[in-house]
Amino acid sequence: MEGSHKPRILIAKPGLDGHDRGAKVVARALRDAGMEVIYTGLRQTPEMVVEAALQEDVDAIGLSILSGAHMPLVARIMELLAEHDMLDVPVFLGGIIPNDDVPKLKEMGVKEVFGPGASMEEIVKFIWEAVGAKAD
Amino acid sequence: MQKLIEQALAGNQRAIARLITRVENSEEMAETAVSALYPHTGRAHIVGITGSPGSGKSTLVNELAKALRKRDQLVGIVAVDPSSPFTGGALLGDRVRMRDLSGDKGIFIRSMASRGSLGGLARATSAVIKVLDAAGYDTILVETVGAGQAEVDIASTAHTTLVIEAPGMGDDIQSIKAGILEIADILVVNKADHPGASRTVRSLKTMLQLGQGMSVRHHGRLMHVRAVSPNGNEGAWKVPVQETVAVKGEGIEALLDTVLAHKAHLQATGEWLEREKVRSRQEMEQLLQARLMARLEMKVPAEEQMALITAVAERKIDPYTAVSQLFTLISSH
Ligand SMILES: Nc1nc2c(ncn2[C@@H]2O[C@H](COP(=O)(O)OP(=O)(O)OP(=O)(O)O)[C@@H](O)[C@H]2O)c(=O)[nH]1
Ligand SMILES: [Mg+2]
Repeated sequence: MEGSHKPRILIAKPGLDGHDRGAKVVARALRDAGMEVIYTGLRQTPEMVVEAALQEDVDAIGLSILSGAHMPLVARIMELLAEHDMLDVPVFLGGIIPNDDVPKLKEMGVKEVFGPGASMEEIVKFIWEAVGAKAD
Repeated sequence: MQKLIEQALAGNQRAIARLITRVENSEEMAETAVSALYPHTGRAHIVGITGSPGSGKSTLVNELAKALRKRDQLVGIVAVDPSSPFTGGALLGDRVRMRDLSGDKGIFIRSMASRGSLGGLARATSAVIKVLDAAGYDTILVETVGAGQAEVDIASTAHTTLVIEAPGMGDDIQSIKAGILEIADILVVNKADHPGASRTVRSLKTMLQLGQGMSVRHHGRLMHVRAVSPNGNEGAWKVPVQETVAVKGEGIEALLDTVLAHKAHLQATGEWLEREKVRSRQEMEQLLQARLMARLEMKVPAEEQMALITAVAERKIDPYTAVSQLFTLISSH
Protein backbone atom coordinates (compact mmCIF):
# COMPACT_ATOMS: atom_id res chain seq x y z
CA MET A 1 0.00 0.00 0.00
CA GLU A 2 2.59 2.54 1.11
CA GLY A 3 4.95 4.07 -1.41
CA SER A 4 8.09 2.76 0.20
CA HIS A 5 11.55 3.65 -0.89
CA LYS A 6 13.86 0.97 0.38
CA PRO A 7 17.49 1.89 -0.12
CA ARG A 8 19.08 -0.34 -2.77
CA ILE A 9 22.75 -1.06 -2.17
CA LEU A 10 25.16 -2.87 -4.45
CA ILE A 11 27.76 -4.93 -2.62
CA ALA A 12 30.51 -5.94 -5.02
CA LYS A 13 33.80 -7.67 -4.75
CA PRO A 14 36.10 -6.39 -7.49
CA GLY A 15 39.55 -7.84 -7.99
CA LEU A 16 41.04 -11.26 -7.99
CA ASP A 17 41.21 -12.30 -4.34
CA GLY A 18 38.93 -15.15 -3.44
CA HIS A 19 37.49 -14.13 -0.08
CA ASP A 20 34.00 -12.77 0.09
CA ARG A 21 33.25 -13.46 3.73
CA GLY A 22 33.56 -9.82 4.74
CA ALA A 23 31.41 -8.68 1.83
CA LYS A 24 28.72 -11.20 2.73
CA VAL A 25 28.70 -10.16 6.37
CA VAL A 26 28.18 -6.53 5.36
CA ALA A 27 25.51 -7.54 2.85
CA ARG A 28 23.56 -9.41 5.55
CA ALA A 29 23.94 -6.59 8.05
CA LEU A 30 22.53 -4.10 5.55
CA ARG A 31 19.65 -6.45 4.77
CA ASP A 32 18.96 -6.82 8.49
CA ALA A 33 18.91 -3.04 8.72
CA GLY A 34 16.05 -3.04 6.19
CA MET A 35 17.88 -2.35 2.95
CA GLU A 36 17.66 -4.19 -0.36
CA VAL A 37 21.11 -5.49 -1.11
CA ILE A 38 22.19 -6.63 -4.55
CA TYR A 39 25.04 -9.04 -4.14
CA THR A 40 27.06 -9.89 -7.24
CA GLY A 41 29.73 -12.27 -6.00
CA LEU A 42 33.45 -12.61 -6.50
CA ARG A 43 35.86 -11.32 -9.12
CA GLN A 44 33.89 -8.44 -10.51
CA THR A 45 35.55 -6.21 -13.06
CA PRO A 46 34.98 -2.45 -12.75
CA GLU A 47 32.78 -2.72 -15.85
CA MET A 48 30.61 -5.37 -14.16
CA VAL A 49 30.30 -3.26 -11.01
CA VAL A 50 29.15 -0.17 -12.85
CA GLU A 51 26.84 -2.10 -15.17
CA ALA A 52 25.12 -3.71 -12.17
CA ALA A 53 24.89 -0.37 -10.36
CA LEU A 54 23.29 1.17 -13.44
CA GLN A 55 20.76 -1.59 -14.16
CA GLU A 56 19.84 -2.00 -10.50
CA ASP A 57 19.61 1.79 -10.02
CA VAL A 58 21.28 1.56 -6.64
CA ASP A 59 21.50 4.32 -4.04
CA ALA A 60 25.01 3.36 -2.96
CA ILE A 61 27.87 1.07 -3.94
CA GLY A 62 29.89 -0.86 -1.39
CA LEU A 63 33.18 -2.34 -2.58
CA SER A 64 35.21 -4.92 -0.72
CA ILE A 65 38.82 -5.13 -1.85
CA LEU A 66 41.45 -7.24 -0.13
CA SER A 67 43.82 -7.78 -3.03
CA GLY A 68 45.80 -4.59 -2.61
CA ALA A 69 44.70 -3.44 -6.05
CA HIS A 70 42.26 -0.86 -4.66
CA MET A 71 43.89 2.16 -6.27
CA PRO A 72 43.58 1.11 -9.95
CA LEU A 73 40.22 -0.63 -9.36
CA VAL A 74 38.65 2.38 -7.68
CA ALA A 75 40.13 4.75 -10.24
CA ARG A 76 38.56 2.78 -13.08
CA ILE A 77 35.21 2.45 -11.29
CA MET A 78 35.05 6.20 -10.65
CA GLU A 79 35.95 6.84 -14.29
CA LEU A 80 33.12 4.59 -15.48
CA LEU A 81 30.67 6.15 -13.04
CA ALA A 82 31.59 9.57 -14.40
CA GLU A 83 31.09 8.30 -17.94
CA HIS A 84 27.55 7.24 -17.06
CA ASP A 85 26.85 10.44 -15.16
CA MET A 86 26.52 8.43 -11.94
CA LEU A 87 28.88 10.28 -9.63
CA ASP A 88 25.94 11.12 -7.39
CA VAL A 89 25.91 7.48 -6.23
CA PRO A 90 28.04 7.30 -3.07
CA VAL A 91 30.83 4.71 -3.08
CA PHE A 92 32.09 2.99 0.09
CA LEU A 93 35.14 0.89 0.41
CA GLY A 94 36.00 -1.87 2.85
CA GLY A 95 38.90 -4.25 3.17
CA ILE A 96 42.58 -3.92 3.82
CA ILE A 97 43.51 -0.39 2.84
CA PRO A 98 46.75 1.25 4.01
CA ASN A 99 46.13 4.51 5.89
CA ASP A 100 48.19 6.49 3.40
CA ASP A 101 45.84 5.58 0.58
CA VAL A 102 42.68 6.77 2.33
CA PRO A 103 43.03 10.49 1.53
CA LYS A 104 43.85 9.67 -2.09
CA LEU A 105 40.81 7.44 -2.37
CA LYS A 106 38.60 10.15 -0.91
CA GLU A 107 40.02 12.61 -3.37
CA MET A 108 39.01 10.20 -6.14
CA GLY A 109 35.45 10.42 -4.83
CA VAL A 110 35.15 7.55 -2.36
CA LYS A 111 32.78 8.62 0.39
CA GLU A 112 34.22 6.53 3.21
CA VAL A 113 36.76 3.80 3.79
CA PHE A 114 36.13 1.16 6.45
CA GLY A 115 39.09 -0.79 7.75
CA PRO A 116 39.00 -4.25 9.32
CA GLY A 117 38.36 -2.62 12.70
CA ALA A 118 35.17 -0.84 11.68
CA SER A 119 32.07 -2.05 13.52
CA MET A 120 29.04 -3.21 11.61
CA GLU A 121 26.88 -0.60 13.40
CA GLU A 122 29.21 2.11 12.21
CA ILE A 123 29.02 0.91 8.59
CA VAL A 124 25.24 0.53 8.63
CA LYS A 125 24.74 3.93 10.22
CA PHE A 126 27.04 5.64 7.74
CA ILE A 127 25.29 4.11 4.74
CA TRP A 128 21.83 4.91 6.09
CA GLU A 129 22.85 8.52 6.46
CA ALA A 130 24.44 8.70 3.04
CA VAL A 131 21.41 7.28 1.24
CA GLY A 132 18.91 9.00 3.54
CA ALA A 133 20.33 12.30 2.42
CA LYS A 134 19.82 11.25 -1.16
CA ALA A 135 16.35 9.68 -0.99
CA ASP A 136 13.55 11.93 -2.38
CA MET B 1 8.87 11.44 -15.77
CA GLN B 2 7.77 12.07 -19.37
CA LYS B 3 11.39 12.37 -20.45
CA LEU B 4 12.29 9.20 -18.58
CA ILE B 5 9.51 7.34 -20.37
CA GLU B 6 10.68 8.57 -23.77
CA GLN B 7 14.27 7.58 -23.05
CA ALA B 8 13.18 4.18 -21.78
CA LEU B 9 11.15 3.62 -24.93
CA ALA B 10 14.29 4.41 -26.90
CA GLY B 11 16.08 1.65 -25.00
CA ASN B 12 18.29 3.78 -22.74
CA GLN B 13 19.33 1.45 -19.90
CA ARG B 14 19.82 4.16 -17.29
CA ALA B 15 16.33 5.50 -17.98
CA ILE B 16 14.85 1.99 -17.89
CA ALA B 17 16.52 1.37 -14.53
CA ARG B 18 15.26 4.61 -13.02
CA LEU B 19 11.78 4.13 -14.36
CA ILE B 20 11.68 0.66 -12.82
CA THR B 21 12.62 2.08 -9.42
CA ARG B 22 9.78 4.58 -9.59
CA VAL B 23 7.28 2.00 -10.75
CA GLU B 24 8.39 -0.26 -7.93
CA ASN B 25 8.13 2.39 -5.25
CA SER B 26 4.96 4.21 -6.07
CA GLU B 27 1.55 3.11 -7.22
CA GLU B 28 0.99 6.54 -8.80
CA MET B 29 4.20 6.38 -10.79
CA ALA B 30 3.28 2.87 -11.90
CA GLU B 31 -0.05 4.17 -13.12
CA THR B 32 1.53 7.03 -15.06
CA ALA B 33 4.24 4.83 -16.54
CA VAL B 34 2.02 1.90 -17.46
CA SER B 35 -0.60 4.15 -19.07
CA ALA B 36 2.07 5.74 -21.24
CA LEU B 37 3.90 2.50 -22.04
CA TYR B 38 0.95 0.19 -22.53
CA PRO B 39 0.48 0.82 -26.26
CA HIS B 40 4.11 -0.22 -26.75
CA THR B 41 3.77 -3.49 -24.86
CA GLY B 42 2.51 -6.90 -25.91
CA ARG B 43 5.39 -7.84 -28.17
CA ALA B 44 7.61 -9.63 -25.68
CA HIS B 45 7.49 -13.34 -24.96
CA ILE B 46 7.32 -13.60 -21.18
CA VAL B 47 8.91 -16.77 -19.84
CA GLY B 48 8.57 -17.69 -16.16
CA ILE B 49 11.16 -19.79 -14.36
CA THR B 50 10.05 -21.25 -11.06
CA GLY B 51 11.09 -24.11 -8.80
CA SER B 52 12.53 -25.03 -5.43
CA PRO B 53 15.35 -23.02 -3.85
CA GLY B 54 18.68 -24.02 -5.31
CA SER B 55 17.22 -26.05 -8.16
CA GLY B 56 19.28 -23.96 -10.58
CA LYS B 57 16.86 -21.28 -11.77
CA SER B 58 19.40 -18.47 -12.01
CA THR B 59 22.00 -20.69 -13.66
CA LEU B 60 19.39 -21.75 -16.20
CA VAL B 61 18.34 -18.15 -16.83
CA ASN B 62 21.99 -17.34 -17.48
CA GLU B 63 22.24 -20.14 -20.05
CA LEU B 64 18.90 -19.42 -21.71
CA ALA B 65 19.82 -15.76 -22.03
CA LYS B 66 23.08 -16.64 -23.76
CA ALA B 67 21.25 -18.99 -26.14
CA LEU B 68 18.63 -16.34 -26.91
CA ARG B 69 21.36 -13.80 -27.67
CA LYS B 70 22.85 -16.22 -30.20
CA ARG B 71 19.47 -16.10 -31.89
CA ASP B 72 19.62 -12.30 -31.92
CA GLN B 73 16.96 -11.74 -29.29
CA LEU B 74 17.15 -8.86 -26.83
CA VAL B 75 16.74 -10.32 -23.36
CA GLY B 76 15.27 -8.74 -20.26
CA ILE B 77 15.61 -10.55 -16.94
CA VAL B 78 13.64 -9.95 -13.76
CA ALA B 79 14.85 -12.00 -10.77
CA VAL B 80 12.73 -11.93 -7.61
CA ASP B 81 14.08 -12.87 -4.18
CA PRO B 82 12.22 -12.76 -0.87
CA SER B 83 12.13 -9.76 1.47
CA SER B 84 12.62 -10.46 5.15
CA PRO B 85 9.21 -10.30 6.81
CA PHE B 86 10.86 -8.88 9.93
CA THR B 87 13.06 -6.07 8.65
CA GLY B 88 11.75 -5.54 5.13
CA GLY B 89 15.30 -5.86 3.88
CA ALA B 90 16.38 -8.33 1.21
CA LEU B 91 19.48 -10.02 -0.10
CA LEU B 92 19.19 -10.25 -3.87
CA GLY B 93 21.80 -12.72 -5.06
CA ASP B 94 20.62 -14.05 -8.40
CA ARG B 95 23.14 -11.95 -10.35
CA VAL B 96 25.94 -14.08 -8.90
CA ARG B 97 24.97 -16.81 -11.38
CA MET B 98 24.56 -14.43 -14.31
CA ARG B 99 28.04 -13.01 -14.60
CA ASP B 100 28.45 -14.42 -18.13
CA LEU B 101 25.87 -11.90 -19.26
CA SER B 102 27.78 -8.79 -18.28
CA GLY B 103 29.08 -6.50 -20.95
CA ASP B 104 26.28 -7.41 -23.35
CA LYS B 105 24.17 -4.36 -24.12
CA GLY B 106 21.42 -6.61 -25.44
CA ILE B 107 20.67 -7.86 -21.94
CA PHE B 108 19.11 -6.03 -19.02
CA ILE B 109 19.01 -7.69 -15.59
CA ARG B 110 16.97 -6.39 -12.70
CA SER B 111 16.75 -7.89 -9.21
CA MET B 112 13.55 -7.35 -7.26
CA ALA B 113 12.58 -7.97 -3.66
CA SER B 114 9.19 -9.58 -3.11
CA ARG B 115 8.26 -6.90 -0.54
CA GLY B 116 5.77 -9.01 1.32
CA SER B 117 3.95 -10.48 -1.67
CA LEU B 118 3.35 -14.19 -1.52
CA GLY B 119 3.08 -16.27 -4.65
CA GLY B 120 6.64 -15.84 -5.84
CA LEU B 121 6.55 -12.40 -7.47
CA ALA B 122 6.47 -8.83 -6.18
CA ARG B 123 3.38 -6.66 -6.52
CA ALA B 124 5.17 -4.48 -9.07
CA THR B 125 6.68 -7.31 -11.13
CA SER B 126 4.12 -7.13 -13.89
CA ALA B 127 4.61 -3.37 -14.21
CA VAL B 128 8.38 -3.87 -14.39
CA ILE B 129 7.88 -6.48 -17.11
CA LYS B 130 5.87 -3.90 -19.05
CA VAL B 131 8.71 -1.41 -18.85
CA LEU B 132 11.09 -3.99 -20.35
CA ASP B 133 8.53 -5.06 -22.95
CA ALA B 134 7.98 -1.46 -24.07
CA ALA B 135 11.73 -0.81 -24.09
CA GLY B 136 12.06 -3.45 -26.81
CA TYR B 137 13.27 -6.61 -25.08
CA ASP B 138 12.07 -9.57 -27.16
CA THR B 139 12.11 -12.20 -24.45
CA ILE B 140 11.67 -11.49 -20.76
CA LEU B 141 12.85 -14.19 -18.36
CA VAL B 142 11.22 -13.93 -14.94
CA GLU B 143 12.79 -15.89 -12.09
CA THR B 144 10.44 -16.31 -9.13
CA VAL B 145 11.27 -16.62 -5.47
CA GLY B 146 12.15 -20.24 -4.78
CA ALA B 147 9.73 -20.74 -1.93
CA GLY B 148 9.33 -24.45 -2.40
CA GLN B 149 5.67 -24.42 -3.24
CA ALA B 150 3.86 -23.88 -6.48
CA GLU B 151 4.37 -20.26 -7.41
CA VAL B 152 0.98 -19.70 -8.96
CA ASP B 153 1.35 -16.00 -9.79
CA ILE B 154 3.90 -16.73 -12.47
CA ALA B 155 1.43 -18.86 -14.45
CA SER B 156 -0.88 -15.93 -14.97
CA THR B 157 2.00 -13.50 -15.61
CA ALA B 158 4.06 -15.50 -18.11
CA HIS B 159 3.15 -16.88 -21.51
CA THR B 160 5.37 -19.88 -20.94
CA THR B 161 6.12 -21.28 -17.47
CA LEU B 162 9.11 -23.52 -16.80
CA VAL B 163 9.06 -25.47 -13.55
CA ILE B 164 12.55 -26.54 -12.52
CA GLU B 165 13.09 -29.68 -10.50
CA ALA B 166 16.37 -31.15 -9.33
CA PRO B 167 16.97 -34.81 -8.54
CA GLY B 168 16.87 -35.93 -4.97
CA MET B 169 14.42 -33.34 -3.75
CA GLY B 170 11.74 -35.93 -3.13
CA ASP B 171 11.03 -37.90 -6.25
CA ASP B 172 7.96 -39.84 -5.18
CA ILE B 173 4.76 -38.94 -6.88
CA GLN B 174 3.29 -38.07 -3.50
CA SER B 175 6.05 -35.66 -2.63
CA ILE B 176 6.11 -33.81 -5.93
CA LYS B 177 4.50 -30.54 -5.10
CA ALA B 178 0.86 -30.11 -5.86
CA GLY B 179 0.12 -27.46 -8.40
CA ILE B 180 3.04 -28.17 -10.70
CA LEU B 181 0.79 -29.82 -13.20
CA GLU B 182 -1.42 -26.78 -13.39
CA ILE B 183 1.31 -24.21 -13.86
CA ALA B 184 4.04 -25.96 -15.86
CA ASP B 185 4.14 -25.63 -19.63
CA ILE B 186 7.54 -27.27 -19.59
CA LEU B 187 9.02 -29.37 -16.80
CA VAL B 188 12.79 -29.18 -16.52
CA VAL B 189 14.88 -31.66 -14.59
CA ASN B 190 18.06 -29.69 -14.01
CA LYS B 191 21.23 -31.12 -12.46
CA ALA B 192 20.85 -34.11 -14.73
CA ASP B 193 24.48 -34.85 -13.88
CA HIS B 194 23.33 -35.91 -10.41
CA PRO B 195 22.40 -39.51 -9.70
CA GLY B 196 18.68 -40.12 -9.71
CA ALA B 197 17.88 -37.69 -12.51
CA SER B 198 16.26 -40.36 -14.66
CA ARG B 199 14.14 -41.43 -11.69
CA THR B 200 12.91 -37.85 -11.30
CA VAL B 201 12.13 -37.70 -15.02
CA ARG B 202 10.17 -40.95 -14.78
CA SER B 203 8.20 -39.77 -11.74
CA LEU B 204 7.28 -36.54 -13.45
CA LYS B 205 6.23 -38.34 -16.62
CA THR B 206 4.07 -40.73 -14.64
CA MET B 207 2.49 -37.85 -12.83
CA LEU B 208 1.76 -36.09 -16.11
CA GLN B 209 0.11 -39.22 -17.49
CA LEU B 210 -2.04 -39.58 -14.39
CA GLY B 211 -2.94 -35.94 -14.61
CA GLN B 212 -3.87 -36.04 -18.27
CA GLY B 213 -7.33 -37.50 -17.80
CA MET B 214 -7.94 -35.50 -14.67
CA SER B 215 -10.20 -32.51 -14.70
CA VAL B 216 -8.61 -29.33 -13.46
CA ARG B 217 -11.84 -27.48 -13.52
CA HIS B 218 -12.11 -27.14 -9.78
CA HIS B 219 -8.87 -25.29 -9.33
CA GLY B 220 -10.47 -21.91 -9.48
CA ARG B 221 -8.70 -19.31 -11.48
CA LEU B 222 -6.11 -21.68 -12.81
CA MET B 223 -8.59 -23.42 -15.02
CA HIS B 224 -8.51 -20.33 -17.24
CA VAL B 225 -4.78 -20.74 -17.63
CA ARG B 226 -5.33 -24.26 -18.75
CA ALA B 227 -8.25 -23.33 -20.99
CA VAL B 228 -8.48 -25.69 -23.93
CA SER B 229 -7.73 -24.28 -27.30
CA PRO B 230 -10.68 -23.39 -29.55
CA ASN B 231 -10.29 -26.63 -31.51
CA GLY B 232 -10.74 -28.70 -28.37
CA ASN B 233 -8.10 -31.05 -27.08
CA GLU B 234 -6.92 -31.66 -30.62
CA GLY B 235 -3.42 -30.20 -30.77
CA ALA B 236 -3.39 -29.39 -27.07
CA TRP B 237 0.05 -28.75 -25.61
CA LYS B 238 1.63 -31.84 -24.10
CA VAL B 239 3.84 -30.80 -21.19
CA PRO B 240 7.32 -32.13 -21.98
CA VAL B 241 9.92 -33.16 -19.40
CA GLN B 242 13.41 -32.06 -20.35
CA GLU B 243 16.80 -32.65 -18.77
CA THR B 244 19.48 -30.00 -18.44
CA VAL B 245 22.85 -29.55 -16.80
CA ALA B 246 22.78 -25.80 -16.49
CA VAL B 247 26.30 -25.48 -15.04
CA LYS B 248 27.69 -27.13 -18.16
CA GLY B 249 25.26 -25.58 -20.60
CA GLU B 250 23.90 -29.01 -21.56
CA GLY B 251 20.39 -29.41 -22.90
CA ILE B 252 19.95 -25.65 -23.23
CA GLU B 253 19.50 -25.43 -27.01
CA ALA B 254 16.92 -28.21 -26.88
CA LEU B 255 15.13 -26.47 -24.01
CA LEU B 256 15.09 -23.19 -25.89
CA ASP B 257 13.67 -24.96 -28.95
CA THR B 258 10.84 -26.23 -26.75
CA VAL B 259 10.25 -22.78 -25.25
CA LEU B 260 9.95 -21.34 -28.75
CA ALA B 261 7.75 -24.24 -29.85
CA HIS B 262 5.43 -23.40 -26.97
CA LYS B 263 5.31 -19.80 -28.06
CA ALA B 264 4.46 -20.88 -31.61
CA HIS B 265 1.80 -23.20 -30.20
CA LEU B 266 0.19 -20.37 -28.22
CA GLN B 267 0.11 -18.18 -31.28
CA ALA B 268 -1.21 -20.87 -33.62
CA THR B 269 -4.04 -21.95 -31.31
CA GLY B 270 -5.16 -18.52 -30.16
CA GLU B 271 -4.15 -19.38 -26.62
CA TRP B 272 -1.75 -16.45 -26.58
CA LEU B 273 -4.71 -14.11 -26.47
CA GLU B 274 -6.46 -16.32 -23.92
CA ARG B 275 -3.48 -16.01 -21.62
CA GLU B 276 -3.37 -12.29 -22.16
CA LYS B 277 -7.00 -12.19 -21.06
CA VAL B 278 -6.25 -14.18 -17.92
CA ARG B 279 -3.40 -11.82 -17.14
CA SER B 280 -5.49 -8.74 -17.82
CA ARG B 281 -8.31 -10.01 -15.65
CA GLN B 282 -5.98 -10.74 -12.77
CA GLU B 283 -4.29 -7.40 -13.11
CA MET B 284 -7.58 -5.53 -13.17
CA GLU B 285 -8.86 -7.44 -10.15
CA GLN B 286 -5.74 -6.51 -8.23
CA LEU B 287 -6.00 -2.86 -9.18
CA LEU B 288 -9.66 -2.83 -8.27
CA GLN B 289 -8.92 -4.40 -4.91
CA ALA B 290 -6.22 -1.85 -4.20
CA ARG B 291 -8.57 0.99 -5.14
CA LEU B 292 -11.36 -0.37 -2.99
CA MET B 293 -9.04 -0.67 -0.02
CA ALA B 294 -7.72 2.83 -0.57
CA ARG B 295 -11.25 4.14 -0.74
CA LEU B 296 -12.15 2.26 2.42
CA GLU B 297 -9.28 3.96 4.25
CA MET B 298 -10.39 7.32 2.91
CA LYS B 299 -14.11 6.99 3.59
CA VAL B 300 -14.23 5.02 6.82
CA PRO B 301 -12.08 6.18 9.76
CA ALA B 302 -10.01 3.49 11.48
CA GLU B 303 -12.07 3.71 14.70
CA GLU B 304 -15.25 3.12 12.78
CA GLN B 305 -13.74 0.10 11.04
CA MET B 306 -12.58 -1.21 14.40
CA ALA B 307 -16.03 -0.74 15.89
CA LEU B 308 -17.51 -2.89 13.13
CA ILE B 309 -14.80 -5.52 13.48
CA THR B 310 -15.43 -5.67 17.23
CA ALA B 311 -19.17 -5.94 16.71
CA VAL B 312 -18.62 -8.91 14.38
CA ALA B 313 -16.18 -10.53 16.82
CA GLU B 314 -18.66 -10.09 19.69
CA ARG B 315 -21.44 -11.58 17.56
CA LYS B 316 -23.46 -8.37 17.68
CA ILE B 317 -23.75 -8.34 13.89
CA ASP B 318 -22.78 -10.84 11.22
CA PRO B 319 -19.90 -10.22 8.77
CA TYR B 320 -22.22 -9.95 5.77
CA THR B 321 -24.19 -7.13 7.37
CA ALA B 322 -20.94 -5.43 8.40
CA VAL B 323 -19.59 -5.54 4.86
CA SER B 324 -22.89 -4.26 3.48
CA GLN B 325 -22.56 -1.28 5.81
CA LEU B 326 -18.96 -0.69 4.71
CA PHE B 327 -20.01 -0.95 1.09
CA THR B 328 -22.70 1.69 1.58
CA LEU B 329 -20.12 3.95 3.21
CA ILE B 330 -17.51 3.61 0.48
CA SER B 331 -20.07 4.01 -2.28
CA SER B 332 -21.31 7.32 -0.91
CA HIS B 333 -20.02 10.49 -2.46
N1 LIG C 1 25.73 -30.22 -10.43
C1 LIG C 1 24.97 -29.21 -10.89
N2 LIG C 1 24.87 -28.09 -10.16
C2 LIG C 1 24.10 -27.09 -10.65
C3 LIG C 1 23.42 -27.19 -11.88
N3 LIG C 1 22.73 -26.04 -12.09
C4 LIG C 1 22.97 -25.25 -11.03
N4 LIG C 1 23.81 -25.87 -10.15
C5 LIG C 1 24.32 -25.33 -8.87
O1 LIG C 1 23.26 -25.27 -7.94
C6 LIG C 1 23.42 -24.16 -7.07
C7 LIG C 1 22.17 -23.28 -7.08
O2 LIG C 1 22.01 -22.72 -8.36
P1 LIG C 1 21.17 -21.40 -8.61
O3 LIG C 1 21.15 -21.17 -10.08
O4 LIG C 1 21.65 -20.31 -7.75
O5 LIG C 1 19.74 -21.90 -8.10
P2 LIG C 1 18.41 -21.04 -7.91
O6 LIG C 1 17.28 -21.96 -8.14
O7 LIG C 1 18.46 -19.82 -8.71
O8 LIG C 1 18.51 -20.68 -6.35
P3 LIG C 1 17.61 -19.60 -5.55
O9 LIG C 1 17.46 -18.39 -6.42
O10 LIG C 1 18.41 -19.36 -4.32
O11 LIG C 1 16.30 -20.28 -5.26
C8 LIG C 1 24.66 -23.43 -7.55
O12 LIG C 1 25.74 -23.84 -6.76
C9 LIG C 1 24.82 -23.92 -8.98
O13 LIG C 1 26.15 -23.89 -9.42
C10 LIG C 1 23.58 -28.40 -12.64
O14 LIG C 1 23.01 -28.58 -13.71
N5 LIG C 1 24.35 -29.37 -12.08
MG1 LIG D 1 18.26 -17.79 -8.12
